[in-house]
Amino acid sequence: MKVTVCIGSSCHIKGSRHVVEQLQDLIARDNLSDKIELGGTFCMGKCQQGVCVTVDGEFFSVSPETVGTFFEKEIKARV
Amino acid sequence: MQKFDTKVQYLKYKVLREVARQAWNDTLLENVMDIPKIIVPGKVPTMRCCVHKERAILAERVKLAMGGGSSSNVIQVIEIACDDCPAVGYQVTDSCRGCLAHRCESACKRGAISFDHRHEAHIDKTKCVECGQCAKVCPYSAIVNRKRPCQNACKIKAISINEDDAACIDDEKCIQCGACVYQCPFGAISDRSFILNVIDMLKKSEGNRKYKVYALVAPAIGSQLNYAKLGQVISGIKELGFHTVVEAALGADMVAQAESKELTERGFLTSSCCPAFVRYVKTAFPALAPYISHNLSPMATLARYIREHDASAKIVFIGPCTAKKAEAQLENVKPYVDAVITFEELQALLDSREIDITSLPEDLLDNASYFGRIFARSGGLSDAVAEGLKEQKLDDFQLKACTCDGIEECRMALLKKSRNALDANFIEGMACVNGCIGGAGNLTHGEKNKAAVDSYGREALEKTILDAIAPLK
Repeated sequence: MKVTVCIGSSCHIKGSRHVVEQLQDLIARDNLSDKIELGGTFCMGKCQQGVCVTVDGEFFSVSPETVGTFFEKEIKARV
Repeated sequence: MQKFDTKVQYLKYKVLREVARQAWNDTLLENVMDIPKIIVPGKVPTMRCCVHKERAILAERVKLAMGGGSSSNVIQVIEIACDDCPAVGYQVTDSCRGCLAHRCESACKRGAISFDHRHEAHIDKTKCVECGQCAKVCPYSAIVNRKRPCQNACKIKAISINEDDAACIDDEKCIQCGACVYQCPFGAISDRSFILNVIDMLKKSEGNRKYKVYALVAPAIGSQLNYAKLGQVISGIKELGFHTVVEAALGADMVAQAESKELTERGFLTSSCCPAFVRYVKTAFPALAPYISHNLSPMATLARYIREHDASAKIVFIGPCTAKKAEAQLENVKPYVDAVITFEELQALLDSREIDITSLPEDLLDNASYFGRIFARSGGLSDAVAEGLKEQKLDDFQLKACTCDGIEECRMALLKKSRNALDANFIEGMACVNGCIGGAGNLTHGEKNKAAVDSYGREALEKTILDAIAPLK
């Protein structure tokens, strides 16, 4: 599974670093690092909806506060 | 609102803008011969002896603006534009009052100064070694150094005078710093431009649908185009058709982290950020080349990261630097960077599309930390390496940085190192005085630019290098 987090300026200001760090921690906690490829990109063109995240190409709007539920629902449930 | 320091820059800009305009309109090929006449219409010369010479020179400028020229060097002499300035060295002028003190004579160790029946000084050029001591002591400043501004600017002595009396660049020695470009009062030395490649990339991307065009902007942007807000500059770059704008300073954060670690492993390093400095070490001090940090420059480091995540990306670096144009052609950088343009050229591109950035909304630019951003000014890189050691808990390594501000200081440090007499374990080499904010491709070079870069640095969301690069792992 490929999870891509936007680390462009707009998403960065909205906390993409915290989203990435939490995802890294959650992936490590659940031993999913061989199943999930976490990557970064600069701008997905939907800056208003940041932090922008895609899971195998499907778009999600995530924030540092919602990343936990997002991980359970959209990532963990699918692997 | 002053966009440029000199009228020479303005002239170069007008050529770039016109070439860009024609290229956007797909009319460049049919109109290329007319551009000199568009810029100098009518019959009255404003710069040279006649409009014909002005246009002949402009035709050469057009060639350079289109990326051409007479050699592969990024820096080129436009021979017909060279005014063959006097280059006699130290000379007594008519300000000499024939005084009694004769300090000039006492100061001259070579006995090159004599006096005529009016006590006025004369310099015997067969004895003079151009040390300048006589000029220093004359109370009337009557002795001047008549050097060509280009030769004076070129501290590594890569410029000579050819048989036609024109300036001539030794391409083997030249480090592409662009000091001569900025200093020549006649604009007779200029840098080749790659704006046509950029326009072509933007057009063929079809609005970033075929592939994405990334602009990596150098941190010196904090001091440039400051008649508008930085956020408006970012909007303007996107308005040109770039997919997004990323701070090259994030690459600097990546470099600072890796380079501080490398320093503890290798014990002695020179920086590798400034391509003119790197080339200088390799050409003038080849024995010291093994000490150059193995890191790619911040530009190339970040471009590589983008390329790894987006293989079809087109990556354009926008900065203050002419030497970056040469760096982008190196075998180990070429795979990552597609083109390099300067802030001068960015201004020309914006105006060729009639994009008035002062009327645009403010977009965001925030990828790097304070430390990545201050790479733009002398001393910033050393500060960042010190911070990198601290953050990685490597601070039992005692950093002794030798911060070289300009290529002359670099030369002194490298000379000392080659004689084992340098009391430092890290050389920060910046070819331009003041660092990148002194680069030849800047629109303006002012006293306030260092403060502007520092304050831009402080505005960064991320305060540490590790926080800035955390999302990249």
